[in-house]
Amino acid sequence: MIKNRGRTFYLLMIPVLLWLVLLIVIPHMDMFFRSFRYENDNGLMVFSLNNYLSFFEDKIYWLTFVKTALYSIGVTFLAFVVTFPVAFFLTKVVAKKHSSFMVLLLLIPIWIGELVTIYGWMILLSDNGVINNFLIKIGLIDSPIVMLYTNFSMTIGLLYMSMLFMIIPMMSALESLDDSLIEAASDLGATKWTIFRQIIIPYTTPGIASGGIIVFMLVIGDYVAPNILGGKSSLWFTEQIYNKFLATFNWNEGAAFGFLLLMLSSGIIWLALRLTGQKLEKVGS
Amino acid sequence: MIRTLPCSSLYINGFRLYILLFYVFLVMPLITICVLAFNDSNFIALPWHGFSMDWFFADTDERLGLFKDADLMLSVWTSLKTGFLVATFSTIVGTIAALLFEEEQFRLKGLLYFLALAPLVIPGVVLGISILLSSTYAGSYMEKTFGLEFEFLGPSFWLVVIGQFSFGATYVMLLVGARLKKFDRVLEEAALSLRATRLEVIRLITIPFLRPAIIGAFVVAFLISFSNFNTTIFLVGSDPTLPVDLYSRIKFSSTPVLNAVSFMIVTFISFAAIISFVMNRKKQ
Repeated sequence: MIKNRGRTFYLLMIPVLLWLVLLIVIPHMDMFFRSFRYENDNGLMVFSLNNYLSFFEDKIYWLTFVKTALYSIGVTFLAFVVTFPVAFFLTKVVAKKHSSFMVLLLLIPIWIGELVTIYGWMILLSDNGVINNFLIKIGLIDSPIVMLYTNFSMTIGLLYMSMLFMIIPMMSALESLDDSLIEAASDLGATKWTIFRQIIIPYTTPGIASGGIIVFMLVIGDYVAPNILGGKSSLWFTEQIYNKFLATFNWNEGAAFGFLLLMLSSGIIWLALRLTGQKLEKVGS
Repeated sequence: MIRTLPCSSLYINGFRLYILLFYVFLVMPLITICVLAFNDSNFIALPWHGFSMDWFFADTDERLGLFKDADLMLSVWTSLKTGFLVATFSTIVGTIAALLFEEEQFRLKGLLYFLALAPLVIPGVVLGISILLSSTYAGSYMEKTFGLEFEFLGPSFWLVVIGQFSFGATYVMLLVGARLKKFDRVLEEAALSLRATRLEVIRLITIPFLRPAIIGAFVVAFLISFSNFNTTIFLVGSDPTLPVDLYSRIKFSSTPVLNAVSFMIVTFISFAAIISFVMNRKKQ
């Protein structure tokens, strides 16, 4: 193949290079350099660490940063706990003829898009929303519980919009797990918990890892759920970036914040890949 | 524990109950919006005031239905245009990238492949701001040095297309690449030995084999574009896409017309999903 590389190779190479260099490499390098630009007292642009200093000096910024990181890890874990039984049920328990339709139902909220589903949760959770009305009607509560604009509603929203992305990779890992391994363990007297811990979890770790990374990415970079469902106390780091760009127009500081978010997300993903012995190329597939 | 093993009814019924609750959780927000789209009320939530189609067709001072709301229809149109362009560009470049990475050997391949996957692990917000920063910089540079003004380098319709394309191509590359992995190389080699050029092989043999994956990837890219908010919000100019328009309405002026729009989206997606499901069934 290498020998008769000719025009065709360059015909393939050039568009891909243009895409990657112009839209991925240059913008991110630009963002990196911009994050060190600072307007000094004379109105001149100078190289400075001030954009990063303001992040560390102002408590609200780094507290939001830490909170975003911890919540994202928490929601990712929660997504695993909630969806793993579903993935297991759909691949190993339910009759095959039902499972494909049930999987289809899982895809619909993904394609409807985050904004519509988050809006739906806003209506469900509001003071005169469906859940409060229902609870009052059955006499469980007398006055509405405040659920909207809290960390609770934000977590629900983040979980809902991200968790389905985890099921698919876990299902494909579970599908390749041979049932006879579980049967053999069961015949030899292993309890369900032992089978789960010693066979199922080790076997599906690659699927869990790639699903977890996708969920984590979606959650940490999300703006819609924290902004629409979260309250004053549930600031998300993307909201700080958004404010820097579209409210205070301090783009250089915004670039620094963007770079910090990028470092945080790639750092945690790198760590997750290392801990589970995975490669990024595999996450894609 | 699994299909083939006997297990206690407590286990299996408990499991079924959990799955049922999960699906209720899943469809609850969707059903709520769909029902409330027909509520005869000026507020987005309960109480229920009776059935009405006002939020689709009314054109009064108090109520402006979806189909009479020119701004909303315009943002739907903008989103459709954006989605179509993004899907087209992403499909072309993503397919080329899949061919390049699956079939060619070259230096720095690993690095380039890593860069092509990077949009999966770059938060959408960061992608948006980095493209905004560099394109406005390029725009002001062009203006200062050459006196040329390029509208698409500032927040605008075309910048949204460019921004969404930057990650749309990645998804196309992965979907087409997965199909390409199943491709029998012997077919290509046979054609090459019959003195077809490399380009002819791609056009006449590889692309027809990839057609289902390419069509699927086009649809996926369109849907990703149509529902994108995080990247778009930084790049959008004076003509908002549907998610941007919906967002500002949710934040600042929510009327039940939002329910009506959501109802349309939910119905359309569900129908499309069911049709593709039935067609897949038939094929098997």
